[in-house]
Amino acid sequence: MTTEDLLGKILQVVMGLAIFAAIIGLLIFFIDKAPKRGRDYWQLAGFLTPALLFLIVGLVYPAIRTSILAFQTSGGDWTLDNFVWTFTQPVALRTLLNTIVWVLIVPTVSTAIGLAYAVFIDRSRGEKYFKVVLFMPIAISFVGAGIIWRFVYEYKSAGREQIGLLNAIVVAFGGEPVQWLQTDPLNTLLLIIVMIWIQTGFAMVLLSAAIKGVPTEQVEAAQLDGTNAWQRFWNVTVPGIRGSLVVVLTTISIATLKVFDIVRTMTAGNFNTSVIANEMYTQAFRASEVGRGSALALILFVLVLPIVVYNINILRKQREIR
Amino acid sequence: MSSVAPADLPIGKDLGSIEAAEQAEYGPTKTARVKKRLTSRTATIISLIIAVLWTIPTFGLLVSSFRPGDLVRTTGWWTVFENPGFTLENYADVLLSPSQSSPQLGAYIVNSLAISLLGTLIPLVLATMAAYAFAWIKFKGANVIFILVFALQIVPLQMALVPLLQIFSTWLRPMQAWVHDVIPIIPEQNYAPVWLAHSMFALPLAIFLLHNFISEIPNDVIEAARVDGATHGQIFFRIVLPLATPAIASFAIFQFIWVWNDLLVALIFSGGTQDVAPLTQRLAELVGSRGQEWERLTAGAFISMIIPLIVFFSLQRYFVRGLLAGSTKG
Repeated sequence: MTTEDLLGKILQVVMGLAIFAAIIGLLIFFIDKAPKRGRDYWQLAGFLTPALLFLIVGLVYPAIRTSILAFQTSGGDWTLDNFVWTFTQPVALRTLLNTIVWVLIVPTVSTAIGLAYAVFIDRSRGEKYFKVVLFMPIAISFVGAGIIWRFVYEYKSAGREQIGLLNAIVVAFGGEPVQWLQTDPLNTLLLIIVMIWIQTGFAMVLLSAAIKGVPTEQVEAAQLDGTNAWQRFWNVTVPGIRGSLVVVLTTISIATLKVFDIVRTMTAGNFNTSVIANEMYTQAFRASEVGRGSALALILFVLVLPIVVYNINILRKQREIR
Repeated sequence: MSSVAPADLPIGKDLGSIEAAEQAEYGPTKTARVKKRLTSRTATIISLIIAVLWTIPTFGLLVSSFRPGDLVRTTGWWTVFENPGFTLENYADVLLSPSQSSPQLGAYIVNSLAISLLGTLIPLVLATMAAYAFAWIKFKGANVIFILVFALQIVPLQMALVPLLQIFSTWLRPMQAWVHDVIPIIPEQNYAPVWLAHSMFALPLAIFLLHNFISEIPNDVIEAARVDGATHGQIFFRIVLPLATPAIASFAIFQFIWVWNDLLVALIFSGGTQDVAPLTQRLAELVGSRGQEWERLTAGAFISMIIPLIVFFSLQRYFVRGLLAGSTKG
């Protein structure tokens, strides 16, 4: 990178900032100078239009367009071929199956570990540091996490010294080194572990906050009734944090359905590890099969739909209460 | 999280009094106390094991990034005391080496910073304005539109990519080319598509989280200003922005880390050259083409983590609060 490149980049950022500030500044200026009649509506329009415009251009229109593309051939004729391909080709079927395995395992396991950890460290000495350790992977990119774990799973042929931790352990116990990431179906599980490693901290932080919100009186009352720790956990704590549990499971499920970077960095979807989100990218942007890619995106949409609808219902109830 | 220590104090007292009460009622049951201490010890051990398991992979990578290339490729990082040797060469190589074959991460770091800066600022400003409108400007259908905006989270990024790319190439590219003609120092391929894409995709969640906070501002405060004849613009700048600063800050951290760590949007909208592509994209590329050069990969991975980790460790209180703002309520 030369100094000129750097200056060019800085100039771009400054110009981007200037243009954005100018647009927003003008907008606010006109909002305040709006005619007295219908002033509220002018102000409303001023505040809302930019965001709505972005949403329509960036999400609403593209979603509709993708749904149409999924039912068209590359020539623009209507067809169901893209879906037929998805539900008949072994590669595509495997992708669907993998996605289901991901979304069944990741949310449950990371929530379970996160919850156990949150309960165990609750009110213990050094709770803060315990939390940071588990939460740190959230700040690391999926690409970075992919590299971290590829290094754990690294394989060297038998007889050479293993530099990957997992194979080193296997060899130390007298086993043969394994090509972890190329062994189907084990490799999918190993990728799933990476996602669990990332998401557990997220579950732990939210659940820990929820646990602290459970009224102490209830726990005390149960304690006086002579219950043991497990009964208290199961009959008092868990019902008390049910709302947060649902949120955590939902959020992680959605994140898991869309997972892309981990698969991309660790196996690029080879060796039968692909998931919908990765296959969609491969089809639409690598193989130029836009129809197939769109069909996969639409399937992803259908899978996410019930989860979000459930949350919208909760949200609507909350707003009605208010 | 900062409130953990003081909040713990009364709880500790309560527990003490319960134990006292227990003892008064049942007498000192020795087995019960031993059992209790045992379970808490098991709990401590299990949480220690989890903590160690969670740290080891990252720790191994950190150690490796400071070891000479030969050693990284032939010996495990845990043998670092038998095979000592530390160097900063890996970092110098990936960051500064002028050779075309080296990763040259310096340029990509600048890109990541540039992308994250406006990729955070634009959605933040637009979302705060929209959240204010939904919370404090009364209009018909406010609820319906708000729920529609929230519902847009259904749309997976993957669905938006192809059409948005088409929109950008029909409308944005010609504009960029025109800007390049007028001011030649600005390259034709610039950050604008990545900025816009990140802003668009962040809005549903941002509006939702900020709305939660802004709608909690006491009605009296806003009403008093309205009675005094303040316009919405004045209320927004003089009252809402200052009061909502904690929420805005925590979402800013959230969004910054998210944009910094993104790969998908970058892959589609940046073009993948040194001029625009962020660090994550370069790293993913290195994994593909030089998966065995571990000394470079480990150093590169650590460079990509350092800024989000700094943000994380210095601001984690706000970061966590931002996470909780939207989620515990659901």
